[in-house]
Amino acid sequence: MAHLLKSSSSKSTLLNIFRHNLIFGSPNHASRHLPHNLPHNTRISPNPITRLCNTMVDTLSHEDTNRQVMDFPGGKVSFTPEIQFIPESNEDRVPCYRVLDDNGQQLTNSQFVPVSEEIAVKMYSDMVTLQIMDNIFYEAQRQGRLSFYATAFGEEAINIASAAALSPHDVIFPQYREPGVLLWRGFTLQEFANQCFGNKADYGKGRQMPVHYGSNKLNYFTVSATIATQLPNAVGAAYSLKMDGKDACAVTFFGDGGSSEGDFHAALNFAAVMEAPVLFICRNNGWAISTPTSDQFRSDGVVVKGRAYGIRSIRVDGNDALAMYSAVHEAREMAVREHRPILIEALTYRVGHHSTSDDSTRYRSADEIEWWNKARNPLSRFRTWVESNSWWSDEAESDLRSRIKKEMLEAIRVAEKTEKPNLNHMFSDVYDVPPLNLREQELLVRKTIKSHPQDYPSDVPL
Amino acid sequence: MWGIVRQRAVDGGFSASSLRRTRSALVSARSYAAGSKEMTVRDALNSAIDEEMSADPKVFVMGEEVGQYQGAYKITKGLLEKYGPERVYDTPITEAGFTGIGVGAAYAGLKPVVEFMTFNFSMQAIDHIINSAAKSNYMSAGQINVPIVFRGPNGAAAGVGAQHSQCYAAWYASVPGLKVLAPYSAEDARGLLKAAIRDPDPVVFLENELLYGESFPISEEALDSSFCLPIGKAKIEREGKDVTIITFSKMVGFALKAAEKLAEEGISAEVINLRSIRPLDRATINASVRKTSRLVTVEEGFPQHGVCAEICASVVEESFSYLDAPVERIAGADVPMPYAANLERLALPQVEDIVRAAKRACFRSK
Repeated sequence: MAHLLKSSSSKSTLLNIFRHNLIFGSPNHASRHLPHNLPHNTRISPNPITRLCNTMVDTLSHEDTNRQVMDFPGGKVSFTPEIQFIPESNEDRVPCYRVLDDNGQQLTNSQFVPVSEEIAVKMYSDMVTLQIMDNIFYEAQRQGRLSFYATAFGEEAINIASAAALSPHDVIFPQYREPGVLLWRGFTLQEFANQCFGNKADYGKGRQMPVHYGSNKLNYFTVSATIATQLPNAVGAAYSLKMDGKDACAVTFFGDGGSSEGDFHAALNFAAVMEAPVLFICRNNGWAISTPTSDQFRSDGVVVKGRAYGIRSIRVDGNDALAMYSAVHEAREMAVREHRPILIEALTYRVGHHSTSDDSTRYRSADEIEWWNKARNPLSRFRTWVESNSWWSDEAESDLRSRIKKEMLEAIRVAEKTEKPNLNHMFSDVYDVPPLNLREQELLVRKTIKSHPQDYPSDVPL
Repeated sequence: MWGIVRQRAVDGGFSASSLRRTRSALVSARSYAAGSKEMTVRDALNSAIDEEMSADPKVFVMGEEVGQYQGAYKITKGLLEKYGPERVYDTPITEAGFTGIGVGAAYAGLKPVVEFMTFNFSMQAIDHIINSAAKSNYMSAGQINVPIVFRGPNGAAAGVGAQHSQCYAAWYASVPGLKVLAPYSAEDARGLLKAAIRDPDPVVFLENELLYGESFPISEEALDSSFCLPIGKAKIEREGKDVTIITFSKMVGFALKAAEKLAEEGISAEVINLRSIRPLDRATINASVRKTSRLVTVEEGFPQHGVCAEICASVVEESFSYLDAPVERIAGADVPMPYAANLERLALPQVEDIVRAAKRACFRSK
């Protein structure tokens, strides 16, 4: 049956496209849109467009018309005589996976990936550390010692549990509310403080605002403030990992607001087509600065969007550390083993303001914030479970809290006193090798400072 | 004569295009093996990408229609067959998406060559080019470098209207962290694209659709697979002593034609092909103007805040006392590109405009 049909060569683009479609037996997508059960007496016309239509019509007339199935581009679809629109949403929302109830008691019949005492204690301790770190940095900003800060209050479980379920080789593309992942991997309080104060020990050399952390050695890409741009970046990195055959995946975080960006659409669509090993973790915390999710999208949250792109998805209780751990653990396995993207929607609540530039009581009630902070607190739920295994105690809690608080205050004290980065760092890293014009500019700046020292801050090392 | 030959050796020495264009005595002074081979810009680009992909397995190509279709302008012809679909990747239609993905792949250590069907479409991806690529090395303090190349046709073609004709040289060249290149000849295309692919910084590579089919003589050196041109060095296409004409891309051809016409009237024009818009070769520009004392700059793009404006500023700042005439700028008309052929011709610089400007600078008009 596979005789070669070749259209007459022509310079027109249209014919070029159809020529690909009409060549039988060629590899890849040449004959993808042609049904593979053509009868032998297919009419051949000189016009390639008519030819394509004729072959399709022939197929239909030779089929049993009651079977009502046809090959369109993209595969077989069955027909229906009823006019039915897919409803805009299901009656029931996608259920949310959780392991612990509101009070931290393990639910009966809950499926989860078991955690050892060591991991559980580290998880809980890091959640406490994150909370205290956020508290103290926030206060420091209020006191005018930091220019800016953004807390992760209420999202400690998402931060720590997801990090705990990943391998240190997995590459992280954060938004900006995931410092807990760095914390889990070993970033010290001093390192956090150095970045916030922009001193010479900052790995970012004082180039960025506070909370824009990055660490090459911990596989955490420097925070970029533009929303959702890290999503396609993560897909590209995942592609690179796949091409190198690494036992690792890319993991990217974003918020409910970020899912509205064009980059979200492009990244998910692409990741599915490219079969890239990437985890898309959405922190649906109810607010994008002052925009509630009801103004952000009309779908059943973000989890349903995965299916639209052909991506396996799950909705998780983001304030349940065990559920987060299990979901991310399983998702990672699938991503790496099967080379596929996975979407995780973690439901949570943004207890803090968007940042220190925001006062969220202007657009939501203080009662609402208070309720989530107390009744649905991820720390207390997990603590109850950890204590139920006799792995934690009140004494351990107070020891930890006082130790971390002391460490934090010391870290801030040191960071504040540490020198700022050297002047040459204004000009370095623009390119791989500093170009002539920048070297000249630096000399000019130094000359000017020398002639007018009173106009320049005395605490900037030259 | 020997002085001229030595000059050529200093700036790369390849004057194949002047061989084709001028019948001046300069031709006989050349001591290099004259390139009897000719190559189209299209083939030059294709061979450059092919050789770099062959030499480095981390280099890969992505863009719309680059694979199965052999490239919208056939620049990537044959590459899919040779390297397979993992290294020649046909993307869905989302410039923002595939640019972001390319940058992410570069973050993770691959070396993508991202094709925009035209740079007009790069506007949909410009956030990734600037904020995810150009600034990353700086913002991450050297922890993230982005060895990516963005390439594609730039500027006016023939009858493609306002949304397909804009020149982006000035926009991209204003951004620290990017390198911006604009080849003219086949040799430029080969040498600069190879340099761009090997460069650890993000490079914007502005080609020209109308030049793709144009043939240029090419030397043996340029055909070698290790051939590379330095980024940031302009090329003196034609030596002269009365007026300096500086331009890039397609306008280099026009400037050379203008130089011939001016030669008939006794004006010796020096034509400089920038090759590199960022970094701009201010040294060569200023040395030439200091020699001739007159400057004419030409570009196809919009006049305000253009590349010519930067060249004029550089010359006025550094070589003011050498100027004998006001600096001249020729740019495209300050209107979205019209479609009708007659209007399009009027909206773009033509050879006559360059000749007139050069004569004005020599106080020889009327």
